[in-house]
Amino acid sequence: MFYYSIKRLLMLIPVLLGMTLIVFAIIHAIPGNPALTILGTKATPEAIHSLNRSLGLDNPWYIQYFSYLKDILSGDLGTSIQTHTPIASEIWPHLAATIELSFIAMIIAVFVGINAGIISAWKQNTVLDYTAMILALIGVSMPVFWLGLLEQWGFSIKLQWLPSIGRDDIRNSVDPITNLYLLDTLLQGRFDQFWMVLRHLILPSIALATIPTAIIARMTRSSMLEVLKSDYIRTAKAKGQKMVWIVYKYALKNAFIPILTVIGLQTGLLLGGAILTETIFGWPGVGLYIYNAIQYRDYPVIQSGILVIAFIFVMVNFVVDLLYGLFDPRIKYR
Amino acid sequence: MPQASQAQLDPSGAPAKSPMTFALGEFWKSFRKNKPAIAGTIIVLLFIFFAIFAGFLAPQGINDQNIRLKLQPPSAAHWFGTDDFGRDILSRILFGARLSLRVGFLSVIGSIVVGTLLGIIAGYFGKALDVIISRFFDILLAFPSILLSIAIVAILGPSLNNALVAIAIVNVPVFGRLVRSRVLTVKEEEYVMAARSIGMGDARIIFQHILPNSIAPIIVQGTLNIATAILDAAGLGFLGMGAQAPLPEWGKMLSDSREYIQTAPWTVLFPGLAIVLVVVGFNLIGDGLRDALDPRMKN
Amino acid sequence: MNEALLQVENLKKYYPIKGGKFGKVSETVRAVDGVSFSVREGETLGIVGESGCGKSTTGRMIMRLIEPTEGKIIFQNRNIMELSKREMRKARKDIQMIFQDPFASLNPRHTVGHIIEEPMIVHRMGDKKERQKRVEELLELVGLNAYHARRYPHQFSGGQRQRIGIARALAVRPKVIIADEPVSALDVSVQSQVLNLLKDLQKQFHLTYIFIAHDLSVVRHISDRVGVMYLGKIVELSECEALYNHPQHPYTKALLSAVPVPDPDVKTDRIILQGDVPSPAHPPAGCAFHDRCPAAMDICSKEMPMLKTLEDGRKISCHLY
Ligand SMILES: Nc1ncnc2c1ncn2[C@@H]1O[C@H](COP(=O)(O)OP(=O)(O)O)[C@@H](O)[C@H]1O
Ligand code: SF4
Ligand SMILES: [Mg+2]
Repeated sequence: MFYYSIKRLLMLIPVLLGMTLIVFAIIHAIPGNPALTILGTKATPEAIHSLNRSLGLDNPWYIQYFSYLKDILSGDLGTSIQTHTPIASEIWPHLAATIELSFIAMIIAVFVGINAGIISAWKQNTVLDYTAMILALIGVSMPVFWLGLLEQWGFSIKLQWLPSIGRDDIRNSVDPITNLYLLDTLLQGRFDQFWMVLRHLILPSIALATIPTAIIARMTRSSMLEVLKSDYIRTAKAKGQKMVWIVYKYALKNAFIPILTVIGLQTGLLLGGAILTETIFGWPGVGLYIYNAIQYRDYPVIQSGILVIAFIFVMVNFVVDLLYGLFDPRIKYR
Repeated sequence: MPQASQAQLDPSGAPAKSPMTFALGEFWKSFRKNKPAIAGTIIVLLFIFFAIFAGFLAPQGINDQNIRLKLQPPSAAHWFGTDDFGRDILSRILFGARLSLRVGFLSVIGSIVVGTLLGIIAGYFGKALDVIISRFFDILLAFPSILLSIAIVAILGPSLNNALVAIAIVNVPVFGRLVRSRVLTVKEEEYVMAARSIGMGDARIIFQHILPNSIAPIIVQGTLNIATAILDAAGLGFLGMGAQAPLPEWGKMLSDSREYIQTAPWTVLFPGLAIVLVVVGFNLIGDGLRDALDPRMKN
Repeated sequence: MNEALLQVENLKKYYPIKGGKFGKVSETVRAVDGVSFSVREGETLGIVGESGCGKSTTGRMIMRLIEPTEGKIIFQNRNIMELSKREMRKARKDIQMIFQDPFASLNPRHTVGHIIEEPMIVHRMGDKKERQKRVEELLELVGLNAYHARRYPHQFSGGQRQRIGIARALAVRPKVIIADEPVSALDVSVQSQVLNLLKDLQKQFHLTYIFIAHDLSVVRHISDRVGVMYLGKIVELSECEALYNHPQHPYTKALLSAVPVPDPDVKTDRIILQGDVPSPAHPPAGCAFHDRCPAAMDICSKEMPMLKTLEDGRKISCHLY
């Protein structure tokens, strides 16, 4: 297990290096001169030249790449053209917002998805099963941004139940400590604010959770269908145990692997979906951060934002891979 | 192995059904019974019909503006209402079917061609090439797909065609990995060894023996991928990274109407419904194909 | 019958097994470990040994379907090992193969006609019409009918499929046919039919066979000489009748005593082999057979016996001789 972890960790290196190379290549392939972007169109040729030099842009690409790599390794993610602030210092609040949103979305997805899947399988070919599966089908086919807009229309505009924009009320904003607002408000004992933050989370996290919920529900249903046919269930039934208990006991005992798989696979979807969800709900996460940077052609932010998200995705999958081993004795480490 | 029928029993010499025709027959039998899959086929055919005959079906052109009729609710004259320029939403959705289907089909075909090529090289020739290609797939898959498409569009410039290219690139590893694993399986079949033993070259082995045995999973994955490609294109359009005005791309229509959601919700409702419907259609077909072609792929 | 058509010298195939920490090569499977023999034109060389002893690997290496780790393969005075990939593909026209599994070795998607025609297409023999005519001739030659060309493999029985495989091998008029357990997958009743077919074809076309089997009784009827393999090595190689009547190597004796005797009155000392075949990844030191050999001596676990030639021409590797 230990060697396996080390081996997997070593195997990450080429992937991470490749990622930096791709991000580097993309930014350098983008047409337009960064100096021109920074200085504006009225810049003199001399000014552009000297800025090019100071940015190291007159070096061959591999020198530029290595200095880029060096910067990243020393924690320097570049400076935002728009705010003139080091990205490394301003990205955390955005990252925290995305993590909070994705985390809640994942909890919803796992909880709703597994339950829907179990019930569907258990009541196979009933109206309940059909409804759940049709909903799941629509869920995987739904554009996140459209669902978000409909939610806003229904719950914010028409019913006025829930806020539709941002993480907190502007006039009652949270004092950040960790920037994970649910945690911060609890630490500060501000339960009123905790409730407010939670209300802000509801609509965007539901939108973001839709696709993963649908996928988890489908996966759980098909694996439960197999389980329900197994001897285990028949024996338990023969022993007179209650069906509800049998099903849930077994499902939860065996749920870890599918949940892990889905978490691994869906993190990418969540992080990718975040950019759409955050745009709609004005959620100040990395997605919105990148989206705004695109509007301003703030290339360093685009570059580092994409890199950070890809990095998180890779690391989540790494951890998921290791956890497989803890939960599934069948997987042998070689 | 089913007991082979004795060939001598039928001396008529009539050419027998090929396993391909046989498989197709079996496939159709099982697909036909799959009501959701048939529903999906009907939906998709309907949208293809819309796309082809949009010119005849649409009451108006995609950019026939009439400011005095802007943001009209659905009525007999404008079934789906009008948008902020007074354009007929139904007409724009019908023409939009062309754009979405084109992106869906072309990007998936592109991904399949490139992915298959790379997958074959990696799986068949192996060694260093396999390592390089597989790592390349790993790295591409390490990016959430929509982010990578955004980055690619940023290079190429925002347009529907560039979104198409970006989506195609992003999905290459999906097919690449699929084909690679099929190649690795089929390569070990004894008839491939037999093909080599008669002196057959690599190209012929690949086209005669390996590819035909990899087509079914590619078709299944391809159908499901058309669905996600359409979704991704709409997402890019919504972010302003895809189709540009005045193209009636459904995602772009949604983002243009966002601000009218309060006063004219139909401007948001119908383009979204169109997306959901056509994506549901492809997903249903994909699931049906999977069940019919390879029951083991069910999950 | 004296010129060596094909000669194999010190052929080896080692498979590195990756595993252990950090994917280092932790052990090596010696699938074939220094096999030498020669085959004369028109004869049949039988190769026998328990499953896993490296027979298929040897056969496939002769065609370079598997690249040998080491060794020489001389065919018609040319070292095949030195041919380029392209030349090798051409050379395969002269050496063809019949496979063990008649179900797996025919592509289920192709018609029988196409399967038999394919080698001719690959080697650019004749035009379409000539090839099709030859397919029909070949089908009749192997005891099938011309109209079977339009059928698919799944419509045939195992024995019939093996005939299709034979027709495919004959299509390009090869000199040598390597038959890798061609009858092992068939019913006993069908086995002799296919063996007789192979014998007839050999006479008719002056073919040279390398005939692989795990069963001594199958080889006896078709072979002129027989080589016995154990754990990647040839332990005894001799004229067929001499080998069956006077086996010398303890392993050959053990194998022969396991063959059911048709006449129960003939008493043989049955030698029961103890234990399993050791793994080719960890062959025992010294004589690889020593842990199962009833005649093992002290030296056997220390020194590897060399392949010696006895006065009757028989080759043997055992410290007893
Ligand atoms: N690709 C391979 N990798 C590792 N070991 C192999 C490989 N192919 C064959 N072997 C091993 O080589 C030995 C000889 O195999 P084979 O030639 O097929 O034996 P036979 O045909 O006599 O039954 C076996 O122990 C087998 O496990
Ligand atoms: S060398 Fe020794 S162990 Fe090997 S076969 Fe001969 S007697 Fe037996
Ligand atoms: Mg074998």
